[in-house]
This record gives sequence, structure tokens and C-alpha cells, in this order.
Amino acid sequence: MKQNRMLAAALSAALAAPYAYAAVPKNPASSAAIAAAAELAALRAEISAMKQAYESRLEALETRLKQAEAAAPARADSQLAGATSGSSASASAQSGSAAAAVAGAAPEAGASGPASVWASQPAPVAVSASAAANLYNPNISMILGGSWQNLRQDPQQYMLQGFIPSGGEAGPGKRSFNLGESELTLAANIDPHFAGQLTFSLSGENEASVEEAFVRTRALENGLNLKAGRMLSGIGYLNSQHAHTWDFIDAPLAYQAFLGGQYKTDGVQATWLAPLDQYLELGFEAGNGAAFPGNERNRNGAGAYAAFAHLGDDIGSSASYRAGLSYLRTAAEQRTFSDGGLEHSFSGRSRLWIVDAILKWAPDGNSVNTNFKLQGEYFRGTEDGALDYASATDASASGAYRSVQSGWYLQSVYQFMPNWRAGLRYDRLDSGTSRYGLVDSGVLGWDKLPVLEAFRPRRSSIMLDYSPSEFSRLRLQLAREQARAGVTDNQIFLQYIMSLGTHAAHAF
Amino acid sequence: MQLTTKASWLALLSVLVMAPAHAALNVLACEPEWEALTTELGGDKVKVSSATTALQDPHRVEARPSLIARTRNAQLLVCTGLELEVGWLPVLVQQSGNSRIAPGQPGYFEAGALVPRLDVPARVDRSEGDVHAAGNPHIQQNPHNIALVSVALSKRLAELDPANAAYYGARQKDFAQRWDSAMQKWEKQAAGLKGVAVVEHHKNMEYLMNWLGMHQVGTLEPKPGVEPSAAHLAGLLAQLQRAPARMVLRAGYQDGRASQWLSEHAHIPAVVLPFSVGGDEQSKDLFGLFDSTVQRLLEANK
Repeated sequence: MKQNRMLAAALSAALAAPYAYAAVPKNPASSAAIAAAAELAALRAEISAMKQAYESRLEALETRLKQAEAAAPARADSQLAGATSGSSASASAQSGSAAAAVAGAAPEAGASGPASVWASQPAPVAVSASAAANLYNPNISMILGGSWQNLRQDPQQYMLQGFIPSGGEAGPGKRSFNLGESELTLAANIDPHFAGQLTFSLSGENEASVEEAFVRTRALENGLNLKAGRMLSGIGYLNSQHAHTWDFIDAPLAYQAFLGGQYKTDGVQATWLAPLDQYLELGFEAGNGAAFPGNERNRNGAGAYAAFAHLGDDIGSSASYRAGLSYLRTAAEQRTFSDGGLEHSFSGRSRLWIVDAILKWAPDGNSVNTNFKLQGEYFRGTEDGALDYASATDASASGAYRSVQSGWYLQSVYQFMPNWRAGLRYDRLDSGTSRYGLVDSGVLGWDKLPVLEAFRPRRSSIMLDYSPSEFSRLRLQLAREQARAGVTDNQIFLQYIMSLGTHAAHAF
Repeated sequence: MQLTTKASWLALLSVLVMAPAHAALNVLACEPEWEALTTELGGDKVKVSSATTALQDPHRVEARPSLIARTRNAQLLVCTGLELEVGWLPVLVQQSGNSRIAPGQPGYFEAGALVPRLDVPARVDRSEGDVHAAGNPHIQQNPHNIALVSVALSKRLAELDPANAAYYGARQKDFAQRWDSAMQKWEKQAAGLKGVAVVEHHKNMEYLMNWLGMHQVGTLEPKPGVEPSAAHLAGLLAQLQRAPARMVLRAGYQDGRASQWLSEHAHIPAVVLPFSVGGDEQSKDLFGLFDSTVQRLLEANK
């Protein structure tokens, strides 16, 4: 009888405990008090009844247990120790139920035949000795992407008229087959206090770049998170999301015009989540300001500051929203761009406000079959400083420059059946009327700076995508774009995005 | 004057920071079955809510802002684990800035680690579909698992809230008694289900079938997590004509079309099981969940 009890305890330990070390309380003093003598007796009686009923099964399992123990003696020992350190009453209660549950499993495993991958052993058998050496390796995930593009207008002539070129990602990319950006992410916890992540981006032009490389805190309380390194800034909605999670192949025009695609900062970020039932997050960033609309300035201190606030909640059981307000303040010094074969440069302050909102809906909150997403952002940017015209030439001149520009997009994506989604997006930019000293004084005409001539670029896009699984997506996108006066581009894109490796959780 | 302002600011700040830390133990359950179990064990000493409902696929839940807010204020997370919540829970934990409930902390309770697991894959590869390396995570479908989890969960509640340890212990004892007799009742009722062959939508009924001695002869999904295809269903139908099954099972949150199609063509009933607490009218608590489950299976097996 006593032997049986020990066997049951060992069995329960081997079957139930492999991950239980996380669950076994370190200090059982308080819970031990719970175990009343009467309860113990009742449980023992119950267990002995069960034991008799399942005697033969237990014997069969005993041989299996011995095999398992032979395979991993150290592991079994530690589990036993873990189990016995708990309250004895609950340990035997567990063993009783475990025996019953497992005994139920036995005939089923036999009946299901060799076709299925049944194995009622606990997971650690998969962790072989050779794998142990790799246990501390970071999680690796990889994104592979590519596209085929048909563009009516020559993409080399592309410009967003009225906006100072960012030098970053603008335009629909190249014609024909393109290898998209391949991403490789390594991430792991560093120690109890920090976690780290590195994301490489490998472009089709054989350039490797550090997309993100940051460390973040993981042990702070009271809703506080700190991050340091290179990161996608938390401003706006789309900015902090990796391009492969976007619903369209390219960034909205407002992102291209105001942030050169996506705003990455080298610096620090602090976010704080208010202790409310509603979601209210406040964030602050300080960075070197090297990324557009700032540039490298060889200065001490921070070159860019950003602040953002996000508010969100559920609307009934089917919908939820998040809305945000962000502010970015940075500066540029001799930030050059070329126009009509001449080099110009801007020096001065750059400020940007973004208002963003997203609403997601799914029937009863179950997004597997159908769901709907509506999102929009509004940008308003101001640049204030001096513009050097035709630097390093005889015609070189300088004048005060000020622009107030805006842009927005609105998009919706509807998953109308499992795996299939359709989307619609409208982009609009307004270059406003820039003030330039040299033009005001009559030295120059805007025709000398065609890229800055006032215009309102716009674009309409529709897309259809098919995702055979959560890890693969095929997309067709059609767009009609008027990025500069008098020129309409019709664009056709076919894209694939595949995700390999660890299943990364997606943000809202 | 200035001092008073300062003091009131401090007071406001401390209220903001400390607000959720007293009164009832604040528990966030990942799935409704753990919300129900926590209520059974914690009574009015806990304030518990569930991140998902029985009408949502627990694999695929949006990391909604409201969930992040609830995670931030939680003192205990009660989840299945076994990678079931891998698509959303890490985002909640990370963005919440609440290290008390991070995996490995006393504030994180993983129910799946406490039970004997089924379907631990011999090979982990995405070409096999959405497999879970740690085994099938839908453990709540076997009441014996609930019994196992209740013991450990009660201890965890006592550990986090020592002042009410005796209360949790007494409630666990009471629950265990009622649960044991309920299990005996269900097992008696369902004796006739032993050996019954079924088709299921996703491999999420394994623990239930295991408990009642039923066995699965096919799934509507060609691979776990992959949507049923016409070709696969046609193949399944041909297989059922050779070796029939008694019914086709699915959970309330799963799309019914594939199951209906098979039901009509193979002339077997399509059964919708509540799957978790709140999955149907009757499943108001854990007892109702299994009452309804057993009853629906028995009706289909008539």
C-alpha cells in the first residue's frame, strides 16, 4: 500500500511536474496549514480505492516510468523533490487524479493507432541532452518577402511634389521582380531585469542594416517600461509596426513625406501605463535626431524628442479601438536634397503632430472567420529655418524657409472569409504654401525648385490578400497615384510575405 | 499653501499607483474556464475576469488595449499555457509593465503544466500545421484536469493572499467534494459513449474523448490551424463511408459550415459543444459546462 502511494506520487511527479517547478510555491508554510487531518484520511481512502481499480494499469505505467527515469534520472529526482516539498495532502490528491486521468488515456492511445502523433509523456522528453546546449540561444525569427511590380511611370522620376525629399523610402520601388526586405530578428531575455532584441534588415540591393537593436526592462512595476537602443519610435499608429505586418505593400504617403517611410530613433524610450480599467499609455523618447526629418548634427545632448499618448478600450464585446496623439520635435543642419541636378540644403527646426485612430471589429470578438479594421492618421508638420539654394555653385544663395504641411490616410481592411482579406486605402497630402525668402524677394521663382512647387499628391489603393496560414501571405495591390502635377501612375503589385521561426505575438 | 498642493499631488499620485493593490485579489484569467475555477476557489476574496470568451478562438485573440490595461492591474494571471496564448499573451505581459505576472513569477499560473498532456509532438515543424511543442493545450475538457489544477490554484491563491489562506483551503475542499461527485455522475451518464468514433473540427476535444473513452477518426482541418478544404472534406467523407463515425464535434467558436457539410453528407449529427464556460446557455459554471457537454454527446449518440 505504502509502495503504491509512493509510486503514485512518483508517477504524478513525472507526468505533471516537468513544468510545475514554476508553479510549486517556494514557501508552502501557509498552505500546509490547510491540510486538515480529516481531509488527509478522506483522500487516502479515495486514493486507495482508485489504486485498486487501476492497479494493473499502474504496473504498466511503472515500466514506462522506469524507462523514462533511466532516460533522465536527474530530472525525475528534481521533480520528486519539487512535489514532496508541497503539502502532502495535495500531492497525494494530485497523484490520485493524475493516475485516473492517465489510466483513461492509456486505452485511447492504443486505439488511435500509429497514424496519430500520440504521446502522453510530458514534453521534456523532447529536450534531449544535445538540445540543452542551445537552450539559452535567442529566439530567431525571419521574414522573407518579395514582389513583382508593374509601374506605368518611371519610378526613377518619382517625387512627392511640394515636399522636401527625405532621402529615405519614397515611391513605389522598382519595376519587375524585386526582393523585398528580408528581416532577421534575434530576441531573448538577458537576465531577470532586461530583454534584448536585434533585427537586421537585408535589402534587395545586398545592404545589411540594423533595423532595430534595443534592450528593454522586464522587471519594472507600476506600468513602467524603459527601452534603449535603436527602435521604431512609438509615434503614430503604423510607425512602431514592422513593415511585414502592414496591410498594404507600401507605407502611406504621409509616412513617406514626413518621416521618410518610418521613423527609427537611436535613443531611449519610457512608457507608462496608467492604473486604470481603460488603456491610457504615455510615452516619451529622446534620441540623437539623426533620422529624417532631423539629420546628423555632431552635437552633444539629444537631437530629437518625441512624446505620445494612447487611449483605448472595448466597445461592447465585438469592437475595440485605440486613439493616439504624438508629437515629434527635431532639427536639421545642412540636410541636403537634390532637385533638377542642384544640391540644396535645409537647416532649422522640424516639428510634427500626428493624430491616429484604429477600430477593430469581429463578431463576438472572434476574428478567425470575419473581421474588420478601420484606421486613419493625420499628420501636420512644420519646418522653420533657412534653405540654401544650389550649395557649392556660383548661384548659391540662402533665404529663410517656413512650411506648414499636412497629410492623412484612411484605410479599411475586411476579412470576408477565413484566410481572405480585401482592403481599401486613400492617401492625401497637402504641401501648403511654403514661404521662402529668396522667392518672396524675387531672386528666384518656384520653377527653379520644381520639387517644392505647391501640390496635393493623392493615391487610391485596393488590395486583396490570401493567407494560407498565419505565417504566409500573398497579396495583390492596385494603386493609382498622382504624386506630382499632371502625372498619373497606375501600379500593380504582387507580393509574398513569409514568416519563419518563433511565432511572434502581434500588437493591436 | 504650496505644501498642501504638494501633499495633495502626492496623495493623488499614490492613489493612482497603488489603487489596484488592495481589497480583493485581482485575477485575470486567460480563458473562461479558469475564471470560473478561480471564482469557485476564491469566492468574494478575488476579483476575476477572463481575457477571452467561449465564443473566441483562444489561439487567436487580439492584444486589445483593454486587455493590456487589465493585465497591468492584475496580481495573478491564470492561463492554460502550453503555447495556447503565445500569439497574444506575451504582448500583454510586456506592454503592461507589470512584472508580477510575468512567466516564472508567483503571479503567473500555468494550468497546462500541472496535467498529463496529450499529443506531445514527436516532431515540431510548421509543415505539420499549428502544433504545440508542449502538447495539446485544450486541457479543460477533462474534469480530472480541472481537479488537478484546482489544488495547485488554491495553493497559489493562498500564497499570494496569505491572510485568506484558510478561506481558499476550505473552498477548495468544498469544491473538490462537489466536483468528485459530479465527475462520478458524468462518468456514469456517459458510460455508453465509450468506444464511440467521432470526427472533430480542430484537435481540441482530445482530453474530452480521452476522458470518456471516445476516439477520433478524423479532423475537419487537414492540419491543426489550417482551414478545412473541399478536397480534404471529400476525402474525409469517403473515409467515413468505409469506416463510419457517430458524430462530428466542434466548439461554439468554430465556423459551422464544414461541420454542417459533413453532417449532411455523412448523415451523422453535427454537435456543437460549449467547450468552455459561457459556451452555451447551460454552461454558466464549470458544473454546467460538463452537464451540457455530456448531455449533448448523449443526445447525438442516441
